Amino acid sequence: MDTLNILLMGFISVVLINNLVFTKFLGICPYLGVSGRIDMAFGMGMAVTFVVTLSGTLTWMIDNWILMKLGLEVTRYVCFILVIAGAVQLVEMYVRKFFPSLYDSFGIFLPLITTNCAILGLCLFLNLWMIESLLDAAVRSFGAGIGFTMAICIMAGIRENLNMADVPDCLKGAPITLITAGLLSLAFMGFAGMIR
Amino acid sequence: MSNSSDARPALYSQTLLAGLWRENPILRLLLGMCPTLAVTAAVKPAFTMGCCVIFVLLCSNIIVSLMRNLLKPHLRILMFTLTIATFVTIADLFLKAFQPEMSETLGPYVPLIIVNCIIICRAEACASKNGLIVSIIDAFGMGVGFTVTLCVLASVRELLATGAIFEIQILALAKEGGWFVKWAAMGMPVGAFLTLGLMLGLVNLVTGKKA
Repeated sequence: MDTLNILLMGFISVVLINNLVFTKFLGICPYLGVSGRIDMAFGMGMAVTFVVTLSGTLTWMIDNWILMKLGLEVTRYVCFILVIAGAVQLVEMYVRKFFPSLYDSFGIFLPLITTNCAILGLCLFLNLWMIESLLDAAVRSFGAGIGFTMAICIMAGIRENLNMADVPDCLKGAPITLITAGLLSLAFMGFAGMIR
Repeated sequence: MSNSSDARPALYSQTLLAGLWRENPILRLLLGMCPTLAVTAAVKPAFTMGCCVIFVLLCSNIIVSLMRNLLKPHLRILMFTLTIATFVTIADLFLKAFQPEMSETLGPYVPLIIVNCIIICRAEACASKNGLIVSIIDAFGMGVGFTVTLCVLASVRELLATGAIFEIQILALAKEGGWFVKWAAMGMPVGAFLTLGLMLGLVNLVTGKKA
């Protein structure tokens, strides 16, 4: 019961309270780039969720079971980035083989997940939050992906309607998206303090 | 690009200016948004961050430029990332040793320089195609452009959030007999998104660019 409680709290905290996009500013580039249409946003969110769960769990294992044991923390960043690059390569091959239409619509953004700060950021936060167990790390990584998907889908929904709005010329595109994100993050601040 | 000797200085100054304004990484190319939003709550961390980025950008551009003829196309990105990760580790350890407080404030955003799109973009677009000198100038221009933009954004936010710039009080606070009431939202994520959005809008207005 206690473990379940911790896992549930961890999940909720990373999805709502410590949402990577709105409170940690991670993954802003795909957030601005792919949030134009809701189906693409959802696909991107799913790809990120998969990669982040995989690499979050893997890097936690490498960090705790190999690097810390051997005192090789200095090479942490290099190891993390290698794991992430490998995971992205795997996802890319899988999507190209089984979902060619999705692959075409992703275009450049799929390989760019490697340089998506949300993923490396989460791996580093797992280390910073001092997560104790493998299960907790896996659940939080998954939660981070869900949080990202949620944020990017909300944004895509808003932007589809924004197309019909009368936005001043100079604010069209990225500026208005950022301002909208600001208002959204204001809403997400309401969750702060719900649990620690 | 011409090979004549008198075209060289022109090319150099053009490369330098491109980074500062015409292709300013944040305002024009929309690259490296994450650290831009995250570290600009005050000028001091923003400035430190800018310096780290300049250091990493310079070193990685130099290395990439030197090994550009040895690179295999499909291993290119991997090599870039590893080079960058190495220098970021150096910068991170340096900060931890000599600026422990600042390292604490910046937290994971220093290692996140690895995935900062500016650096990999410059390695790909400039250093892997050009000689050493052009790469160094390009790195310098881009880095300074990034730092200046970061500092401007941070000054606006710090001024509105605390009435101070670089921790020097500028506006008189209401509770000390002045008129200024702290605008706490500016120091939070909301302020970051709003300020950057309005700044981009302003730049578009000035340059007359239509999205």
